[in-house]
Amino acid sequence: MTVMERLAPQLVTGAPLLTMSGISRRFGAVVALEDVAATVWPGEVLGIVGESGSGKSTLLRMMNLEDTPDTGTYHLALPETPGNLFDLDRFARRQLCARRIGIVYQNPHLGLLMGHSSSGNVAERLLIAGERSFATLRAKAKGALEASEFPLTRMDDPPRQLSGGMQQRVQLAKAIALEPALLLLDEPTTGLDVSVQALVLDTLKRLQRDRAITMVIVSHDLGVIRTMADRVMVMRHGRVVEEGLVDQVFQDPQHPYTQELVHAKL
Amino acid sequence: MPNSDTGTQVLRVEGLSKSFRMHHLGQSLHAFEGVSFTLNAGEFLLLKGPNGVGKSTLLRTIWRSYLPEAGHVWFTHDAGRIDLARAADVDIAVLRRRDMGFVTQFLIARPRVPAEEIVAEPLRKAGVAQIDALEEARRWLSAFGVKRDLWRAYPTSFSGGEQQKVNLARALIQPPRLLLLDEPTASLDAGARAALVARLAELKAAGVAMIGVFHHPGDVAAMVDRNILLTAKEVENVAL
Amino acid sequence: MTLATLTRPWAAMSYGFLDASAKREMRRKIIKAIAVPGCQMPYASREVPIARGWGTGGLQVTLTLIKPASVVKVIDQGADDSVNAASIRRFLSRVSGAAETWDTLEATILQSRHRIPEERLRDDQVLVLQVPNPEPLRPVQPNMSIARQMHADADYGRLWLVLYEQMVRSGRIVQGAAYPSLVNGRHVMTPSPIPRWDVPKLHMAHHLTLLSAGREKRLYAVPPFTRVEPLVFSDVPYQVEDHAGLTCHRSGLSGVFMNEIPQDSGGSVFEASDSNLGIKAIRQAEGEATKIGPMWYENGELRP
Repeated sequence: MTVMERLAPQLVTGAPLLTMSGISRRFGAVVALEDVAATVWPGEVLGIVGESGSGKSTLLRMMNLEDTPDTGTYHLALPETPGNLFDLDRFARRQLCARRIGIVYQNPHLGLLMGHSSSGNVAERLLIAGERSFATLRAKAKGALEASEFPLTRMDDPPRQLSGGMQQRVQLAKAIALEPALLLLDEPTTGLDVSVQALVLDTLKRLQRDRAITMVIVSHDLGVIRTMADRVMVMRHGRVVEEGLVDQVFQDPQHPYTQELVHAKL
Repeated sequence: MPNSDTGTQVLRVEGLSKSFRMHHLGQSLHAFEGVSFTLNAGEFLLLKGPNGVGKSTLLRTIWRSYLPEAGHVWFTHDAGRIDLARAADVDIAVLRRRDMGFVTQFLIARPRVPAEEIVAEPLRKAGVAQIDALEEARRWLSAFGVKRDLWRAYPTSFSGGEQQKVNLARALIQPPRLLLLDEPTASLDAGARAALVARLAELKAAGVAMIGVFHHPGDVAAMVDRNILLTAKEVENVAL
Repeated sequence: MTLATLTRPWAAMSYGFLDASAKREMRRKIIKAIAVPGCQMPYASREVPIARGWGTGGLQVTLTLIKPASVVKVIDQGADDSVNAASIRRFLSRVSGAAETWDTLEATILQSRHRIPEERLRDDQVLVLQVPNPEPLRPVQPNMSIARQMHADADYGRLWLVLYEQMVRSGRIVQGAAYPSLVNGRHVMTPSPIPRWDVPKLHMAHHLTLLSAGREKRLYAVPPFTRVEPLVFSDVPYQVEDHAGLTCHRSGLSGVFMNEIPQDSGGSVFEASDSNLGIKAIRQAEGEATKIGPMWYENGELRP
């Protein structure tokens, strides 16, 4: 007795922003991803949940074009990128990532130049995209930091002097500075104090509401996914074991693993 | 927009069944089976039955928080008919934003969002200007008896009763085509209950189809068009 | 015919000091460097009889280009008479038979440390700049492998970032010598530690400039008529040193790059950094027939 097969979307108009299909990746004998498919619609927040080694972060890195799968295709519905993004050359990938995709890593060292100023970290992204006016750089960096609810009195301090929560806000400001089509969040609040975590999530939620940014958020924390996501993909051993609306997956999980996960948490 | 023609079918449930498969116990928990009924625009259906018979489960299955295992839930929207039992997740999300409302006694409060903004949000998503949406939100907060000094406060710090009022104001501010009511009056004081019932009557008159479970069915007795009695494994349609 | 007639007489060294294979490699690398303006080309960097850091990179390029008909000028911070400049110039003429000069107008090859002469260079002249550190990305990326990838990607955001932070901290660009500049719209190079005053002289110049770092084993080129654009913000114009109003206390020259000479009194006087230009100006003032060529700057403004 299984649930019924779901039909193809009928009511949403237009194409999904992100479409990945047939993604497989092996590291030697280890299967990191096995025939994974993902779809994200414009304005939607997709959560990806799973334990360490489930392949969720590897998948996110592929969405950021940092890694290429052995097989599979990746499309973003943007005018400048008609084909499979994995076929793009290095230069085109970099340009696409700088202009269209923002990412916030769990480890701020991956996303930030710790010794440069916080506003400079945000400005660098604008510089890569070709902005050359100092006044504009300054104003846009300020605007992005403000939108991330970063205290502007500290905007020229280097991230290495900031708390973990503030570092994540700098990463976020950098990620949204160019108003990306897609915002990727890799365990954005893991390792933060619970109270700080709530505030960072709240900032993300606000941004999502005010700007309708399409997001993909990876977390092992079900609470984070429940707060942030519209739909969720549950991954295990490199496969998607279950996918659905967040309230449905958490209230009526179908797969034994999801049930275990949900019951262990709630 | 809701259709004021009360003859129009909004929901047609056919042979709907739900049970929960508990993998760790190696067994299935039976909820209901073979439920069928129809609901027209402007109709109010009261779900009845003993505790634990699956009244809330039925509402949540229609809302698709629960995945049904058999049957159809035909829902008529602007552009046609869709089977909620198997519609794509994104379509359900669209319908929840646009055409369907669900009121429970549980509020999912978000930190640092003021009550009036929570209430105004459905209007803002529907394209109403911020200032108008907030004005309308305040009107409804006031109608449900939320004190003025709480409007800009964060509901996370409210009592259960006050949270529930915010929740109701938000759920009812925008008339949906179909409204699912899961014990909306629980934990409400008399004044708020009266405001809720008055609003439900307004919505009904505007053509909103409603189906609900009530802790105090007497509150809505005047509105009820039909009762649905849910007994173990079956459902009986009982004419009023 | 004997073996002796087929053999060249013994000599202490090859013509121009470097052996044929070393010169061949240098020629190939110079051509490559000219073909991809501003892009650093690695080369073997042979031993020459001066120490690393004293102009070995420039010397190897000059030794490769030199011929008996060449006229060489060597300057160190604008001066022809410093020990280092004099030694290099004498060495060059001894191993090649080329003529020596102090006069920019007469030279065919100019080897320089830290300056470009004030008189405009012509298309029959070659400027060889000695470079201590050829990598403009070194201050922002200590890992040279990654820096090379950044050049390949034209990923120069961090260089701009440094300028952004100078603006934030000081309200102006404080980068002085070795101002990073975009060559031909593609590669950012460091123009060697020449002052900001000299960088615009490379832009669309008539002469060929070769820049060579002996210790770092890298050479790169600015071919004639190539764009050289210092990295600047669109709303913060590039500024050269404010020397236009200064006058050389020895020659009376003004509108040229000056050296500041502190005095015992606590003040300071200025003298033209391009020392031979100062000498020519003095000779002219004393009535000698001396030709001063057209200058890059006029009244402190760069001529188009």
